[in-house]
Amino acid sequence: MRHVFHVRIGPVGFRIGSDWRGPVAELERLYAGYPQPADGIPDFTVRLFAARPWRRWLRPAVTLGGDFVLPDAAPLPLAQGLLAAEMAMNLQMALGQRRYLLLHASAVERDGRAVLMTGLSGAGKSTLAALLAARGWRLMGDEFALIDPATGLVHAFPRLVSLKNAAIGAVGAALPRARFGPLLAGTPKGDIRHLVPDAEAVARMDRPAAPALILFPRFGFDAAERGLGPSEVFVRLTQASTNYVALGERGFAAMTRLVGKVPARAIDYPDAESGIAQVETLWNAL
Amino acid sequence: MAERFYRAAAAESLRIVPLDDFTVIFHRPSGLTHLVTAPAPQILAALSEEPLTRSALMARLGETFELGDASTEALDARLAELVATGLVEAA
Repeated sequence: MRHVFHVRIGPVGFRIGSDWRGPVAELERLYAGYPQPADGIPDFTVRLFAARPWRRWLRPAVTLGGDFVLPDAAPLPLAQGLLAAEMAMNLQMALGQRRYLLLHASAVERDGRAVLMTGLSGAGKSTLAALLAARGWRLMGDEFALIDPATGLVHAFPRLVSLKNAAIGAVGAALPRARFGPLLAGTPKGDIRHLVPDAEAVARMDRPAAPALILFPRFGFDAAERGLGPSEVFVRLTQASTNYVALGERGFAAMTRLVGKVPARAIDYPDAESGIAQVETLWNAL
Repeated sequence: MAERFYRAAAAESLRIVPLDDFTVIFHRPSGLTHLVTAPAPQILAALSEEPLTRSALMARLGETFELGDASTEALDARLAELVATGLVEAA
């Protein structure tokens, strides 16, 4: 491919090839502090390409390719090339990751122990993780938490934090000195802006943490919380895992260990400020 | 006609982890995870000791549970489910 970018995010190395310079230039700028894939060998390859040669110039449309693809994924306009790259990288993880049990969850760490936050799109897991990072927590990731079946530890995957719609302003206000990607307006998921994880998140991304609290946040409800039994957590987390079935017995062992050891709460919160306070209160009560 | 015997799948083909009211069972031959609740784990435990006929199984479970007519029907249904999943084999 004409333009190529390599990056390692946590334990996972990527090679991103693109027909256009633009998306690669954005990735170089936003992932500037990140290392190269271990031994120079990427785990996954992503391709951003023009499905027809003229689509490189004429209403350029970015088609996603790579080791793993969704056959009916619609191309994105070139202006959303960064989003295309992030989506394609996520897709490789979701469909191809076999070393770790993958949970669709954000994670933050303090004192070597991690809070995992999982929920449907719009639950606020990225927002809560970004705001907790603004208050001294280490951001481990906003999209995937990687559970090592051998140790039970969670490994960081601090890709760019994907902020959507109202979260863009809220996080921007809380982190005035943070670095952000361009505002991508009118994407299939609404407005999106990427937050660059802070230097600490990148510097310490190879340090795993012991999961200490699992949260199922829901945004936009009166503040409430309830404890969840291990079997309900098991069901919810298998639904939140993209590779539980593919991992077979390793996934079963990792999941039963996680839900058997780590307390879990469902929290409803009306606004980000309340959500942060609820997380801190639960953390302090551990 | 002689009564059928039932037995649990071989112990080495199952990984059984009680969580709370529910128990999760990984079935190695199929790679499937099953989430079960009483009386399924008790049926499996009884049938892992030795193969039993349906009536012998009912008698065995009756030693630990109060079994009325309704629960007999329910037990039949649970047994049928366990056979369908491969966790119990009909001999």
